[in-house]
This record gives sequence, C-alpha cells and structure tokens, in this order.
Amino acid sequence: MLTVALLAFVLFQYVGDPVTIMLGQDGTDAERAELRERLGLNAPAPVQFAKFVGNAVQGDFGISLRQSEKVSDLLKSRLPATLELSFAAALIALFIGVPLGVYTALKRNSALSQLVLAVSLLGVSLPTFLIGILLILVFSVGLGWLPSYGRGETVQLGWWSTGLLTANGWKHLILPAITLSLFQLTLVLRLVRSEMMEVLRSDYIKFARARGLKRRAIHFGHALKNTLVPVITITGLQLGGIIAFAIVTETVFQWPGMGLLFIQAVQFADVPVMAAYLCLIALVFVVINLIVDLLYFVVDPRLRMAVSRGTGGH
Amino acid sequence: MNTIKRWWDSDLAWSWRHTPVAMVATVMLIAFLIGSFGAAWVAPHNPFDLASIELLDALLPPVWSENGSTNYLLGTDSQGRDLLSGILYGTRVSLLIGLASVALSMIVGIGLGLLAGYAGGRTDAFIMRIADVQLSFPAILIALLIDGVARAAVPRELHEVIAFPVLVGAISLAGWPQYARTVRGSTMVEKGREYVQAARVIGVSSTVIMFRHVLPNVMGPVLVLATVHLATAIITEATLSFLGVGVPSTSPSLGTLIRIGNDFLFSGEWWITIFPGLALVLLVLSVNLLGDWLRDALNPRLN
Amino acid sequence: MSTAPLLEVRNLCVEFPSRRGTLRALNDVSFSIGAGEVLGVVGESGAGKSLTGASIIGLLEPPGRVASGEILLAGRRIDNLSDDEMRRVRGREIGAVFQDPLTSLNPLYTVGHQLAETIVTHLPMTWAQARNRAVELLASTGIPAARERIDHYPHQFSGGMRQRVVIALALAAEPKLIVADEPTTALDVSIQAQIIELLKKLCREHGASVMLITHDMGVIAETADRVAVMYAGRVVEIGPVSQVIHHPAHPYSAGLMGSIPTLDRHVQRLVQIDGSMPRLTAIPPGCAFNPRCSQRMERCTRERPELLPAGPTQAACWLHDQEVTA
Repeated sequence: MLTVALLAFVLFQYVGDPVTIMLGQDGTDAERAELRERLGLNAPAPVQFAKFVGNAVQGDFGISLRQSEKVSDLLKSRLPATLELSFAAALIALFIGVPLGVYTALKRNSALSQLVLAVSLLGVSLPTFLIGILLILVFSVGLGWLPSYGRGETVQLGWWSTGLLTANGWKHLILPAITLSLFQLTLVLRLVRSEMMEVLRSDYIKFARARGLKRRAIHFGHALKNTLVPVITITGLQLGGIIAFAIVTETVFQWPGMGLLFIQAVQFADVPVMAAYLCLIALVFVVINLIVDLLYFVVDPRLRMAVSRGTGGH
Repeated sequence: MNTIKRWWDSDLAWSWRHTPVAMVATVMLIAFLIGSFGAAWVAPHNPFDLASIELLDALLPPVWSENGSTNYLLGTDSQGRDLLSGILYGTRVSLLIGLASVALSMIVGIGLGLLAGYAGGRTDAFIMRIADVQLSFPAILIALLIDGVARAAVPRELHEVIAFPVLVGAISLAGWPQYARTVRGSTMVEKGREYVQAARVIGVSSTVIMFRHVLPNVMGPVLVLATVHLATAIITEATLSFLGVGVPSTSPSLGTLIRIGNDFLFSGEWWITIFPGLALVLLVLSVNLLGDWLRDALNPRLN
Repeated sequence: MSTAPLLEVRNLCVEFPSRRGTLRALNDVSFSIGAGEVLGVVGESGAGKSLTGASIIGLLEPPGRVASGEILLAGRRIDNLSDDEMRRVRGREIGAVFQDPLTSLNPLYTVGHQLAETIVTHLPMTWAQARNRAVELLASTGIPAARERIDHYPHQFSGGMRQRVVIALALAAEPKLIVADEPTTALDVSIQAQIIELLKKLCREHGASVMLITHDMGVIAETADRVAVMYAGRVVEIGPVSQVIHHPAHPYSAGLMGSIPTLDRHVQRLVQIDGSMPRLTAIPPGCAFNPRCSQRMERCTRERPELLPAGPTQAACWLHDQEVTA
C-alpha cells in the first residue's frame, strides 16, 4: 500500500504545477505565492509526503483541480454507482460463466458447446466499448427498449445512492452491466472449462472411475470441487479487471461512477483526483487479495493442516 | 528449396494445412497487413490529403444504400473523408502500435525472465516481486495512468509528438510480466539440465548459454503468448483511443474512428462507427484464432 | 486352476487411429486368469502391459479402441457393455490399483469419505455402516489407529500408507479381480516388499485374483503363480513362474531373465539383448523379435508364430513348432 501512496504522492507533487492549472495562465505572481503557501507547497518534500499520507488516511485528498470540490466528496458520491455496476456484472459473469464452463467441459463435442466456444472467442476479440456501442445500437436506437445513458432514478440511503430500488434504475442498469460482464464471462468460462478438463484427466478421477463411482458423483462431487479451488483465486484477482473496464463502460453509457470521474481527471490532468483514485483502487485490491487468501484457506484442507500442524503419518 | 520443403512437411505446417480455421485466419490477417501497410497504394483515397476532400460528399451512406456512390464504398464521415481509406490507414496505426508494444514487451520480458531464472537468488526475487505487483493491475489502468502522467507532465504542444512512444511504452509496460514469468519458469527448468551444466564446465559464458541454448527451448510458449498479447495490445490501444487518451487525432487509429463515429449513432449514420468497429473485430479475431491454433499445435500433450 | 477361468482374454486387438495411419498397440493378445490366482504381466515399457489392463477395466483412453477380440469375466463378455453396465462392473467385480498413490487420491476429501463413497455405490449399506466397514478395511491394511485416521486427508499419510489406502479402496466393494498396474514402482524400495506382501495377503483373504502388471521381475518372482511375457503388443510366453524364470522357452524371455542381477546364481556377465523394442510404427513382419534374436531362422522373418506349447509353458516361437523340430 505504501508504495502506491508514494507513487500517488510523486504524481501529486512533481507532475504539473497545480497552481498554474488552478489559476490558469493569468494569475498574478502575488496570487501564486499566496496559493502556494496555502497548499503547503513550500515545505520540504518528506514533510509534504507525511502530510499527504496523514490526510489520506483520514480520507482527505485535497481539492479537485477541475471541479474545486473536495476529492473525497466526489469519490463518495460516485462510489455507489460503480460498486453496484461492478457487482451486477460480477454476478452475471459468475452465474452464467461457471455453468457454461462446466457444460462445455463435460459435453465437449455437442453443438451447443461448439457454439458457446465460438461465441466466447468472439467475446474475447470484442473490446468492451464496442460491445457497449453495439448494445446501444440494437436495444436503444434500434428497438428502443432500454435507455442508453445515465443511471435513472436513484434513492438515497444515507450517503449511499442506489438505483436498485426503482424499476427505472434497473432498466438503466441492464445494458451497462451486461457490457461490463461479457469480458469477465468469457474469461470465467474458458478458465472453468480448461481447469475442469485438466482435472478430468487427473489420476484421482481415473481411479474414481476405476472404482465404479457414478458419473454424477465423479463430475460434480469430485471434479467440480477440485476445479473451483483455483478458479476462486483467479476470479478474485480478476476483480481488478472489472474495475478497469468499468472505466470504459461508464464512459460509453455516461454512467456517473468513479471510472468516469477518473477519465475526466486524466483528460484534464486533475492530479488530486487521479492520486485519490489510485489509492482507493490499491486499497480495494489489497482487501480483495486478503479475502481470496482467506477463502483459499477455508476451502483447501492442505492449507488448514499446515497451520494446525496435524499429526503426520508414517 | 530444401528448407522450405522440410518446413512444409513439419508437424506444424501439417497441422496448419488441416485446420481450416487457421488458414482462414491467416488469409484474413495477411489481407489486413497488405491493406494497411500498403495503404498508400491500395486505398482509393487519401483521407489526410486535405485537398482531395469534398465537403459536399459528407455523410454519404455505403454503396449499397440509396444515396451511396461507388466512389466511397463504405460511405463517408462528417467531413467527406472516405471511410474505407480511413479504415485502412487506421488499421495501419493500430497494427503498428500493437506490434511495437508486443516487440518491446517481449524484449524486456524475455530479457528479465532469462536474468531472473538464470541468476536466481535476490535478483530473481526482486524482479518477480515487481512482476507480481504489476500483474494484479490491469493493462488499461496502467496505460491510463502513464498516459495521464505524461499528459500532465508535458506541456500541451508536445503532446502529439510524445503520444506514440508513450502509448507503446504504456502497453508494453503492462505486458512484460507475462513473458518474464514464462521465460523465467522455463529457464529455471533448463538451468538444471545437464547440457547447461556441461557448457558451464567447459567455461562458456553465462550470457552465451542463456541466449544460445536456453532461449530456443523457451520460444514455443512465448510465441503463443505473443499472439494473445498482440490481440490484447490492439484492443487496449483501441480502448485508449476511444477514451480520448490514445493516439492524437491527426493519425487516427481504429479506436479513434469509432469514437468519432459514436457521436453520429443516434442521428442514424451508423456506418461511421460500425465499419471501423467491424474491421477491429475481424483483425483481433484473426489474431486470436491464429493464437489458439498455434497453442493447440505446439502443445505436445494433445498429440 | 482346474475350474473355469475367472478372466479370459481372447485375441484382443487394440488400435490407435493417428494421422500416420492406424497403429496396432495390442495384436492378438490372449491369456486367462483363474480364480484366486496371481498372474504377472511383464515386459519393457511400451510393450502393451498397461494397455491390456486398461482394456480389461474398460478405461481405454480415446482415440484408442478395442478393434476386435473378446474379454470375458466369469464367462460373461465385458468388452461390449454399455457405459453404465461397465461402470457397475468396475469396483464391484474388478478393482484397480495404479502406480502413483499420491495422485490417485482426491486431496480434498478424507480417506474415510472416499472409502465409504465407494462402498455405498456398490453395496446396499447405509453411510454409517459403510464407514464402519471402511475402518475395518483400513485396519486390515495395517494402518494403525484406523478409527482416527479414517478422517484424515490423503496428504497426512506417507507414500507407503497411501498405497495401503488405495489397496483398501480397490478391495472395498469385494471385487473378484484386481488389476494392479505397477503398484510398487513409485514407492521406496524398502516399502515395496511390504506392499506386495499386503496385496497378496489381502487378495487371498478376499478370494480375489490379481493381474499384476510390472516391469520388475523380482516382484513377479516373489508373488505370481503364473507369468505372461509381453513384447511389442503381443504375448510371447506364458507359463508357471518358476518355469519361465529358470527355463524360459522364448529367446526374449531368456534374455530378460539373464539380464537380471541375482544373488543366488553365479553369473559372469549380465546378458544384454542387442537393439531395442521396435516402435509401433515399425514392427517387423513375422515374429516381432526376430531382428534381435540370436536363434533367428528364415521362417521367423515371414510368419508370425502363435503361442505354441513348449513343455509346461507356451511360447510364441518357431523353435517350438513340434511338426518341424523333431
């Protein structure tokens, strides 16, 4: 985490002169000097870093250069939108990707499997933004069924604004969620498929068959369980991909989330926002990694035993 | 002549000849390559030659629609530029950036991978640490970051000049860890083999061992990785250009074209965005298909 | 071996279609195993021993397939059963032990679960009854504190212990035949003898026959009643163990026996057979062994010999053709 903070700080400090950007080219020297003093830019670098970290930990990232609002406020208002979108997409990807992956692994030569695989190859070749555009073209412009931008009506629950409580909100969620999930879906599908095929070739499956266990027991009791273990880690790590592609999806659909904020910040060189986004993302990653490690621990008995030092055997 | 015959009879070529998908994909790819790199000769118009643009011809639909003309096979955009030519030139940009990024990634990745695998110990741990941290960050994010930093650090006038190298650099940076990981793994396996130890005993220098002996054995999986990476690089570049932080609009790539066309989606001029999109998909699809075939063909276990 | 044989393999041919043409991996293999008997199957790597075992259990990996021939278990054909019928045969009538105990057990399930699961699949018992039976089985393989260890995971056992678990699993549903494919090759030498002893003892107690596939003649000498020698996808000699070892009738068997270092015979030099076993794509016409045979006759290069009686054994060699030699 610290490395990321350092990186963010370096960004903040040395990249571009925030004063110039804020005041434009026209500020007088006196105004510049005063602003510098206020922003504490005259203190030596380590002190500024410490202040930055101190502020960051409290959630204070300074003021957006573009919108002159507190960065933390901006992030807070956008966070729910992105999170809802990401979770919806992740759920779609998992609940469709895993079953399809299992099916194509078990029935390798069926027509449906070939179709699914062909479509998945197409899915990997389509950039997310193009999928979004295509969906908009078909469902919004062509058929007029679903809206193409924005989040629709949202309900405020404390500081969290949710679009899940209104039908209108759901309608707005569908297209972006599908767009965002497609990439993940193909990944999960291919992963589950290849893992399962690998497991089905293993010796313990061969031995299970040699013992005459029923096919359903072998496929779902043994093979599936063994397949899901590595799939969990990789899916968890892929969460990073979801967050990244959320940026693209939010841009296409004008979804008011953190991703859109970030893009606008990059285009404008709004450094405080970029720095804050970085830190937040890094935090999310660390948390996800932790959860995945814990999950692994729960699922794989080999890891559990190593820790509790069970009785070895001879 | 003999080497060509030997290659034709090899397992790889046999597999290619018997996989119709691979052959189709290769043909498509070659068509793209010729069309884009030979754009100057192949394209019916030059969209960058301001003199040859007729504003009156703006927003013409493709040739098979009502107002279309055979002069502009796929229609024109808002400034009267021929879409087909734009696509050809745009493909060239996309391909250039993609290939350059892959090449750079490969060089850095293979080099570091060899080093890490061969040297072991702390060098290895250090390099792998960086690779691991980087691997958890998606390519787009890294590319966006670097682009953003570059944009903020460099005054506006220089933006266009540095756009290309920055783009290539960003995408390469996102890609090298994969190569390094793979190469490192293979290097470590080969390092323990007897022929390497024998060479060391004779006194051959480490660099020579690394390049002359280990590298050829590692190339197989690296090539497969390269095709996947090429597809990803092209998509990444297109995405960045679409977001407005990629190539400058003076030399648009397919992504830029799509972005420009997006504005016309609602007013009904769908071709401006769809055709570049189609070209992009076909390009990436052919690369992916080739990559899939290559991976299956080189996989010893499936034989 | 006076009653009808338990397992009969007749003229088994197994083929592998490949892009270079169809390869014949097993060419007209025939043998039988009696009830309660231990048949050893020896040969070099690639001779077709494991393939024979796999064909019997019905686990031949595609694209390999049984091209012709019959496999009969207790008089009933099992090579042409449907998938579901074959599944019921496996485990209940034929058990299998494979080479690597580490990878044969699913690391995510306890040993007890895997045992009980097998029992419940084939025998009409409740899970609780199956568990008790599992404990008995485990104890009979010599694993101490079976009642506790039944709930342990495979990685908590050592290699030798794991193979004991595998043997218990193979015998769990009371099969009449056990196919053991290189059961001791992956184990430490010091443990190999124990495991082989255990296998023999348990099979005798459960009344099961054993088809013991291995390239280790020492194991065969200790354990088997009869032995079949395979070469290039064919059975070249089959007979009682002591006979084949001390008085091999086929030149290849002779070479095999002579190449084993032993302590009880005084041998000047180990015999080495020139050349190597031919690949499936390049099997010579006539007798497959003829290029390497020191007693080759002209006939051997043309006609392929069947198994001919040679005293107490049978050998596929023209040297034993009664009509010619007199």
